[in-house]
Amino acid sequence: MPTHLRQRPVAPAAPAPGPSPDAPRARLLSRLDTKGSPYLFLAPFYVVFAVFGLFPLGYTAWVSLHSWSMSGKGSFIGFDNYTELFADPDFWNALFNTLGMLALATVPQLFIALVLAGLLNQKLRATTLLRMGVLLPIVTSVAAVGIVFSQIFDRDAGMANGLLGLVGVHPIDWRADKWSSWLAISTMVNWRWTGYNALIYLAAMQSIPRELYEAADIDGAGRMRQLWSITVPMIRPAVIFTVISSTIAGMQLFTEPLIFGQGNYAISGGTLHQFQTLSMYMFEKAFRDFDYGYGSAVAWMIFLVIMLLTLINFLVVRRAK
Amino acid sequence: MRRTSPLVYLTLIAAIALSAFPLYWLFVVASRSNDIVGDWPPPLIPGSHLLDNVSRLFDAEDAHFLKGMLNSAIASLAVTVSVVFFSSLAGFAFAKLRFRGKNFLLMIILGTMMIPVQMGIIPLYMIMVNFGWENRLQAVIVPFLVSAFGVFLMRQYAERAVPDELIEAARVDGCHTFRIFWTVVMPALRPGAAVLGLFTFMGTWNEFLWPLAVLEADNPTVQFSLNQLSTSYYTDYTLMFSGALVATVPLLLVFLVSGKQIIGGIMEGAVKS
Repeated sequence: MPTHLRQRPVAPAAPAPGPSPDAPRARLLSRLDTKGSPYLFLAPFYVVFAVFGLFPLGYTAWVSLHSWSMSGKGSFIGFDNYTELFADPDFWNALFNTLGMLALATVPQLFIALVLAGLLNQKLRATTLLRMGVLLPIVTSVAAVGIVFSQIFDRDAGMANGLLGLVGVHPIDWRADKWSSWLAISTMVNWRWTGYNALIYLAAMQSIPRELYEAADIDGAGRMRQLWSITVPMIRPAVIFTVISSTIAGMQLFTEPLIFGQGNYAISGGTLHQFQTLSMYMFEKAFRDFDYGYGSAVAWMIFLVIMLLTLINFLVVRRAK
Repeated sequence: MRRTSPLVYLTLIAAIALSAFPLYWLFVVASRSNDIVGDWPPPLIPGSHLLDNVSRLFDAEDAHFLKGMLNSAIASLAVTVSVVFFSSLAGFAFAKLRFRGKNFLLMIILGTMMIPVQMGIIPLYMIMVNFGWENRLQAVIVPFLVSAFGVFLMRQYAERAVPDELIEAARVDGCHTFRIFWTVVMPALRPGAAVLGLFTFMGTWNEFLWPLAVLEADNPTVQFSLNQLSTSYYTDYTLMFSGALVATVPLLLVFLVSGKQIIGGIMEGAVKS
């Protein structure tokens, strides 16, 4: 079509028999289109987000400054919910549990992902199949993961204790203690997300120039040395991304421990709250005890801790150059 | 290039076997009867009770499993279609169109990616009560029709996948902007859209905390009804495992159909920061 337009003026005098009376209108429409369309395209996002995202966020802060129960808004109590929270052993316990499981899940997960990506980053047959195999765990329904691993970590009938029995370890009551329940829950998280992180690392690794490794080979650097001295520094943006996103996800841990809990004590994270996370505590306060004000204060604390950890992560990863 | 040693293959195969084992175990127990529970060594071969167990599952009182599956299917499809469409539209605008306030509007979106959903869940619940949407399916759909992560992802993708000349050419041809989006940009965004679609589908299918807060046990999503199963039937392992298996099948199907594209999308760096 553009060629037609360019050819027409060759015939002089006779103006193009185009829709000349409509031209100004068409030009106006076209200007409206180029000026207005971008905003029209973005509008759905901002409208939905304002109503269901931004407003609730601010409102959480407002609710947290009130004594607010199922019967409705009570009085404004300032920071009383927060003062109470800081003196609440259950809150500190939930924070401790969350951070503990966060460490147990994130560190091995990212380390194994790195090694796995290193293995995948070689000339291999059936690459797509291997990559799909690695990604398989994240396409499992999350509650299904909870159910399978709950059974594997059952005290009496579980496979974990069966295997440990083979090497002479006495059966462990996985739900009874902090360390054992944390280990079981972190195993679920690690299992589910390691492959995904490995693929992100792999994607980043593929843009590292081969010559770097060849040079290192000549210098006699071993595989592990190359991983630490070449690969990790070269894929730093991907590492930052995975560290931050696993931290945010870990701070919101909810489904796995809830299903692991089974029965009536599920939301409390065991009889002694041994594996109750912050999200579970928020849910318990808001939707079981209907103390919305207190629950909102917990929500804000989760947010602040996430912000703090993200900042620390960022500084540490940035410094460790 | 160095030759790949067999040890690498062995390690990778072992890692994948470890990845697949819980899924396989899910299938084994779901196809057995309850008397195998606690057997040592555990039975590692599937049995013949799968259909029995699945029909028991759909009959199980209080679990409302069928309803849960239907609800999750509707919600996941609706949210996925909407997120992919609106994210592509906004991503295209950010990547390829010029307009006032673009940087500011983009900053807002990037900022919101940091905010966890839990943060707003209590007021969100209050809004739903006000709308009369408690225990209604739209409560798990409408708030999630757009995604900041999706906009970010599609913007990244559009920047690389759509040449400016293509858009200019379409404009010279007299296409209006939406038509350019629909006929020129959208086809080019397809691989990115596939990744976003799968992750959105999975995310919605797996959403747990919010349905638990806003829905009741008689109108659950599938994860909610699995939780019902695991609290009220937790001695009936084969029933729980059948439920877990059935709840995973749709995700596996989506993955098998689109897996190659998903891997391609991740490898092209669509998920990189």
